[in-house]
Amino acid sequence: MIGTDFIRVLYIDLTNKKADIQERKDLYKYLGGVGVAAKLLEENMKKDLPPLDEQQPLIISIGPLSTIFPVVTKAVATFISPHTGEYGESHAGGRLAMAIRNAGYDAIVITGKAQKPTYLVITDKTIEFKDARAMWGLDVEEVGRLIREREPGPGKRSIIRIGKAGENLVTYSCVNVDTYRHFGRLGIGAVFGSKNLKAMMIMGEEDLPISNLKEYFKTYQEIYKKVTQTDAMAKYHELGTPMNIKVLNAINSLPTKNLLQSNFEHADDISGETFAEKNLIRKVSCVGCPIGCIHIGQFRREFDKGYEYESIAVSYDHELIYALGSLLGIKTTDEVLQIIEEVELAGLDAISTGVVLAWATEALKKGLITREDTLADLEFGNTMEYIKAIDNIAERVNEFYYTIGNGLKEAVKKYGGEEFALLYGGNEMAGYHTGYAFALGQTVGARHSHLDNAGYAYDQSAKELKDEDIIDYVIKEEKERAILTSLCICLFARKVYDRPTILKALNSIGINWTDEDLTRLGNDIFFTKLKIKKELGYSLENYKFPKRIFETPTLWGKMDEQKLNRLLKMYIERVEREYENWSRGK
Amino acid sequence: MPKVLRADNMNKCLGCFTCMLTCAAVNHNNHNLAKSSIKVKTRGGLQSKFAATVCVACKEPACAEVCPTNALVKRPGGGVRLIEEKCIACEKCVSACIVGSIHMDYDRKIPIVCKHCGACVRMCPHNCLSMEEVRE
Repeated sequence: MIGTDFIRVLYIDLTNKKADIQERKDLYKYLGGVGVAAKLLEENMKKDLPPLDEQQPLIISIGPLSTIFPVVTKAVATFISPHTGEYGESHAGGRLAMAIRNAGYDAIVITGKAQKPTYLVITDKTIEFKDARAMWGLDVEEVGRLIREREPGPGKRSIIRIGKAGENLVTYSCVNVDTYRHFGRLGIGAVFGSKNLKAMMIMGEEDLPISNLKEYFKTYQEIYKKVTQTDAMAKYHELGTPMNIKVLNAINSLPTKNLLQSNFEHADDISGETFAEKNLIRKVSCVGCPIGCIHIGQFRREFDKGYEYESIAVSYDHELIYALGSLLGIKTTDEVLQIIEEVELAGLDAISTGVVLAWATEALKKGLITREDTLADLEFGNTMEYIKAIDNIAERVNEFYYTIGNGLKEAVKKYGGEEFALLYGGNEMAGYHTGYAFALGQTVGARHSHLDNAGYAYDQSAKELKDEDIIDYVIKEEKERAILTSLCICLFARKVYDRPTILKALNSIGINWTDEDLTRLGNDIFFTKLKIKKELGYSLENYKFPKRIFETPTLWGKMDEQKLNRLLKMYIERVEREYENWSRGK
Repeated sequence: MPKVLRADNMNKCLGCFTCMLTCAAVNHNNHNLAKSSIKVKTRGGLQSKFAATVCVACKEPACAEVCPTNALVKRPGGGVRLIEEKCIACEKCVSACIVGSIHMDYDRKIPIVCKHCGACVRMCPHNCLSMEEVRE
């Protein structure tokens, strides 16, 4: 809590409909966000039980700067991932962090399983377990509407919910946060589903007095100025992340048609520029962010002859245009938006869905699976067939869809095609075929996300690729990002929040940390996550990269398999050594 | 000439709530945007437009008229000023304000009333808000 020396944790037991609040001084040294969420996961997880066992915890946390400084907008969730079976971590913007802050909590730990579908209402005054039976089976949009109409607090609340995919325990189902944001990756939607938890609404009017207004507001204004009046974040407001489509395409780094290609003949047709000119209707922000990076695109769909159209607006970003666009060979912005809408309503992770469907398209062509399995003519560029397939995944309509609903790793175990399954560390590939640092980075990153250590950025800016330099970068960057995410700073603002700025912000609200404290924190979080993973049986020994990534040129030409394997070995050795030292110091 | 707050360009709003966070901090020394006198919300879910509830600076303020202790006094240019020591937290001003601009701060037991100070305007990244000069 602001101005205190403890982390205020709300524990919710769904089985017994009980809640408890603890003020944890011991957690204060982990600051918030990822640090606190990882520690709470470590304490509460049951390493011998399956990820979706009702005893497994689900944790959401915020940080000390959340909402009260510009672009500190994220809430962090940790859980045991039903998708990889190991450490699960996901970040979401929107209004959730504000709502948790205003309700007076730093973290929420949810365990147990409600007897019947339930939605939670959490405020500074109440914790209620409400009947969600009638909501079970409804899409995320409809559930959002019902809760908005039933519950108080417009403008001050956050509503998070799952769709059918989460209910049906698809291991890459997501949690929708306030319509346009998500806890996307690693299957947190299934964790909600396994607990019979359809949705949560959070809000509060907790008194949060400012101890030193002069110091705080001076710092606030300095950071605000940096955010709004320098070019540190301009690209996120202008074209947004979709500006990457053209950039990556020009350097052989845009995964296309299941990575049969790394540039796309229709890249210009689905570029950020084309989206902005044809479809962009507005931009919105997460609470506390003056940037407005959430780009909303609109498309119209003819539902009958005689100029009968419906219009639909969805948010788009680079990763979605890659996974549900170039990777599936989709040629127009309108069609990409249509596929996004389907993924959105079902409550699926966009990247995993696209990658699984791209694999299925090739597997169908190669005869590993049949039309009887897919129930749709999956073919690159065929939007309507992909839309059918997305619904089939969420509904798990047959054995094939049941299997691919457990992710690509399960799919290749049953049907083969491992060589063209775009998996890094058991998680589906993000939208950058830039080279070694990306490939290594997503594989070894704590949550197997490209955002763990931004290897793609290294590939794009490096002058030459020295093995040692790549290893150094990937480790250093992940530790640095652990600091940013423990503070719940949006990674888009990483250039604004350098260490002196972070310390200034912390000091201005009475947290007198030093640069050494931050270094210690980054290290502790990095190895705490690794410890959790190890306890869950994680190992990269005998790890095999998919063949496809070596067959398609990257920015650096075709990757050499031996070099990538060598890098992986070096990384493992280096981190193991550091881990031993860290463990001894604990 | 005195100035009053206007929210005439809300179609440009991003929903960042910086105006509210600033108002709550500067005027009420609080991080909770529930303490803000400007209130931004959607017209119904994030897919709809944003709207701002602001004090419209009435020349004949109904809130002041119903105040039994004269804690609300007319300010130059329109709207009111709160004299905290006189307020008994009867909440009559809240229901008298038909645009819904006034709400209670139950922690401090006073109504939250816009001062037309312009702090929110200075921190709006999209120029949705402005200060307008008006005759007394």
